Amino acid sequence: MLPELGLLALILALLLGVLLGTLPLVGAQRGHAALVASARPLAYSQLFFVGVAYAVLTHAFVVHDFSVAYVATNSNTLLPTMYQLPAVWGAHEGSLLLWVTILSLWIAAVATFSRSLPAPVVARVLATMGWVSVGFLAFLLFTSNPFARLLPAAVEGRDLNPLLQDPGMIFHPPLLYTGYVGFAVAFAFAVAALLDGKVDAQWVRWSRPWTNVAWAFLTLGIALGSFWAYYELGWGGWWFWDPVENASFMPWLVGLGLLHSQAVTEKRGSFRGWTLLLAIAAFSLSLLGTFLVRSGVLTSVHAFASDPARGLFILGFLALIIGGSLLLFALRAPTDDKGQPFVAASRETLLLANNLLLSGAAMMILLGTLYPLLAEALDLGKISVGPPYFGLLFTVLMAPLVLLVPFGPLTRWQREQPAQPLRMLAPWGALALVVAAIVFFRWPQGTAKTAAAWLGGAWLLGGTLRFVWQRVKQGKGRFTAEMTGMTLAHVGLAVFVFGVLMTESTSREMDVAAKPGQSFALRGYDFRFVGVERVQGPNYRADRGTIQVSRNGAPVATMLPEKREYASGGALMTEADIDGGLSRDLYVALGDSLGPDGSWALRLYVKPFIRWIWLGALLMAIGGFAVVFDKRFRRPVASP
Amino acid sequence: MRRLLPLIAFVALAVLLFAGVRMNSGKDTSAIPSPLLGKPTPAFSLPVLGDPQRRVGNADLRGRPYLLNVWGSWCPTCRDEHPHITALAKSGKVRVIGYDYKDTPEDAQAWLGQFGNPYEFIVADEDGRAALDWGIYGAPESFLVDANGVVVWKHVGAIDDTVIREQIEPKLMQMGAAR
Repeated sequence: MLPELGLLALILALLLGVLLGTLPLVGAQRGHAALVASARPLAYSQLFFVGVAYAVLTHAFVVHDFSVAYVATNSNTLLPTMYQLPAVWGAHEGSLLLWVTILSLWIAAVATFSRSLPAPVVARVLATMGWVSVGFLAFLLFTSNPFARLLPAAVEGRDLNPLLQDPGMIFHPPLLYTGYVGFAVAFAFAVAALLDGKVDAQWVRWSRPWTNVAWAFLTLGIALGSFWAYYELGWGGWWFWDPVENASFMPWLVGLGLLHSQAVTEKRGSFRGWTLLLAIAAFSLSLLGTFLVRSGVLTSVHAFASDPARGLFILGFLALIIGGSLLLFALRAPTDDKGQPFVAASRETLLLANNLLLSGAAMMILLGTLYPLLAEALDLGKISVGPPYFGLLFTVLMAPLVLLVPFGPLTRWQREQPAQPLRMLAPWGALALVVAAIVFFRWPQGTAKTAAAWLGGAWLLGGTLRFVWQRVKQGKGRFTAEMTGMTLAHVGLAVFVFGVLMTESTSREMDVAAKPGQSFALRGYDFRFVGVERVQGPNYRADRGTIQVSRNGAPVATMLPEKREYASGGALMTEADIDGGLSRDLYVALGDSLGPDGSWALRLYVKPFIRWIWLGALLMAIGGFAVVFDKRFRRPVASP
Repeated sequence: MRRLLPLIAFVALAVLLFAGVRMNSGKDTSAIPSPLLGKPTPAFSLPVLGDPQRRVGNADLRGRPYLLNVWGSWCPTCRDEHPHITALAKSGKVRVIGYDYKDTPEDAQAWLGQFGNPYEFIVADEDGRAALDWGIYGAPESFLVDANGVVVWKHVGAIDDTVIREQIEPKLMQMGAAR
């Protein structure tokens, strides 16, 4: 009975979405106060019904209701309790429900935190988000009903995909979706501004905090996903340019561009059309990501079970939302840029460069991701575009960005003597070059890339701290939350760049056939293979290897990589063991048994500074959140 | 005009994605048969797994019907399929030849070591180049080829006892009758 109730709740939520999309909008256009005021109650009631549906599905997982097809396919009675809740979003239908739930939460959040905004603006924003929710609810109901019954009910369910049975799974999808869906807010503000016809700096000030929060969540989601791939998949890498990773990275890049262009539009009034376009693009790319993951158009490790009907449905929805908003943009975007004038040497120009580089990178990734599809459509054969393409082009586009980042905060709006920031940064640039030169000649087994790691890291860190010093020294004005956030994020970038280049240039790996008692030396560490034993987990059996690691005779770690065989379905999973550290990770994965003498294939890695990659991303995310606390955003409507 | 550019770009993208979905619907429903059905197998020459000096091509396989089973050590479904393939090979009803798709010899050998090797021999297509000619999208996939080297049946996905009983065996009977 309960699952039908969940379905009913979804249908009601869909109807409420239609009302939310219509009534407040009509009210705002016609100046009808009661209709305008209906936006908030409608938003809250939609959240209520979506929440009911979500709770019902969760309940079905907890009580093992295998008469629900989705539950029977994605869990069984052996599934540990801590994975029963995340199992809700373990496959297509449930993850879509999670998506809709998060969208409803964002809608309700906008309804709550927009008290100081003019009522018609709130009405238009909520109505736009209402239409987005209608699209996703219809998608859920018509093609992917999570409450579909299985008759007769299964006695025992299949299992949650073992890949997903990891603590990372608990947080990765919700964080990622919160980021994706969060861009709907900036999108809705942009559409509302276009509908209103008043495309001024005001809408940007209102939407900035939302963009920051969404972007920060997306950063955390992607970073956690990357960490999860590294930690769980046993591939040893942290980024694979997989189509689905790309799908999340494109909105991240455009969202980052949006953050910066919003800052210009809000403060100087320039780039108004461009900011609108980026706000539309960031959310459009989020939607495109959903399409790519769920339509089966591209093959990927992440792809959900593909279904062309679903693909067509999302495509139609994309066409309506993106096509509609771009048409609105074409009709209504400001023709004149009424911002304050600026010359070539100004912060505006630097931020424009930032925007062009970031959107250029997003375009390049879009092209690379869709190229196989294009080649297939034009009958050029099946082609896959690999890491070499992405790695090269991305580096080419990001290197100038790294060079320019420290200049941004030190350069004045409107007009700057180029000599000024150059003079401030020259010592830091020189220092970074000296460090890089020392590293290049002295670092054990270092390469030009190792030197580049120190060059980029020191330059970004030094340049950013130079800005902090400038503010402290001048003492004029306080250090605002916005500056704190920017500083943290730029330091995060320094840490990230350093981590990426160090890991890529100094990691070593080794595939060995190990007999019990045998030792292997790698980068100064000594890996001694003790042996493999059989162990029993809650819903799997495993072979567990023991490897003792020492350095110069001193023990460092005992590592226990596993190879698990899950009870249901017999899926095999490699559970690598990682000894993490700030300056290096040791990583051991267990391969296959190589014979009766107890020898096994082992894969050993030493990965210097790999944690800095995620640490950097974490700092960027914290920076993104910090900006929101700037007092400026809480001030009630200021006269423009 | 300049403001129309994003819309135009999006329309082009949407058309491409639409084409992608359409292409895909052909791929995923087995209702649309492989274009190879009723045609000779594509020309190929691939090394034999475990004996890379030896290469096998169409001509070497003429004379007796065979089932070409596409698998890879990276493919979880192949593991589910494996006992059924083993049973089919053991029954002696048809030669079963392996096609190791996008795999490394080391991984493939280790996998066979763990699960057993039912194949008469295995051709190795490490980079998946030859698979393009066969129209192989992934693993597992299987082709039934008659004594004259003509593809008579193709299956996408795992073979189980039902598929063997209801599809492969009748095809083999027909071939036997035709001979």
